[in-house]
Amino acid sequence: MVTLGDYLMVSGLLFTIGFAGVMLRRNIIIIFMSLELMLNSANLSLVAFSRFRVQPGGLPNYHAQVFVFFIITVAAAEVALGLAIIVALFRARQTTHVEDISTLKF
Amino acid sequence: MPPFLFWIFAAMMLVFGMGVIVNRNPIASALSLVLSFVGLSALFLSLNAYFIGVIQVLVYAGAVMVLFLFIIMLLDLRAEERRKINLVAFVGGSAVALAFFVQIYHVVSALGASRQTFPPLRPGTADDVHSIGLLLFGNYNLPFQIIGVLVLVATIGVIVLSKRELR
Repeated sequence: MVTLGDYLMVSGLLFTIGFAGVMLRRNIIIIFMSLELMLNSANLSLVAFSRFRVQPGGLPNYHAQVFVFFIITVAAAEVALGLAIIVALFRARQTTHVEDISTLKF
Repeated sequence: MPPFLFWIFAAMMLVFGMGVIVNRNPIASALSLVLSFVGLSALFLSLNAYFIGVIQVLVYAGAVMVLFLFIIMLLDLRAEERRKINLVAFVGGSAVALAFFVQIYHVVSALGASRQTFPPLRPGTADDVHSIGLLLFGNYNLPFQIIGVLVLVATIGVIVLSKRELR
């Protein structure tokens, strides 16, 4: 049978993949996609806990799913804003490579 | 859901998730991200979270991915040419990510609940949209309205940022 630990481990692996993408890739759009992967792995562990903590009526704990709903909404707003910033950056610098954007670098 | 389906969809999610960060072509990365999210949505369905699974496909595979592909094509990004890999940064980044996963592995193994299977639900309960809607408009009414304002602000912000000249 599939246990809670399996879901948590898959979620942790997905988060690690996203984390490695943020650390290793230099294309700002790929970094942004990796951020989405990390947000979604957090959603997966929240839903797994929601299913695990069954309420006395035999229903899953829906508070966690409402939280996931909020996270998805915030992530959608974040994607729209982030991509607008990337477009503005590309207009100013003609690059999406983070090593070419180092004005604020100490 | 039978256990082998869990492993198939988990493997699909992880393999295409790897595809996102391994591909050099941004369009291939975006399409891998779509498939990864479809696998994730199947995992949500396997956890009886039908509403979240459908929202995941609608919002991510639908709206967000179209936005990503549109921006990639608008900026006309090609597969990036091979730059010299900074070896120290590569090894350091991989080591930090690996250490992070080892940490998660230890925390999850130490958790007593992680070896338990999921308790059974009351049969015939598939009305999770009803329950989530009641919570969302009852207990979480104020956060729901705040999130509405947030989306409005994000829309206005995108319009301001997309103007030809910022001042």
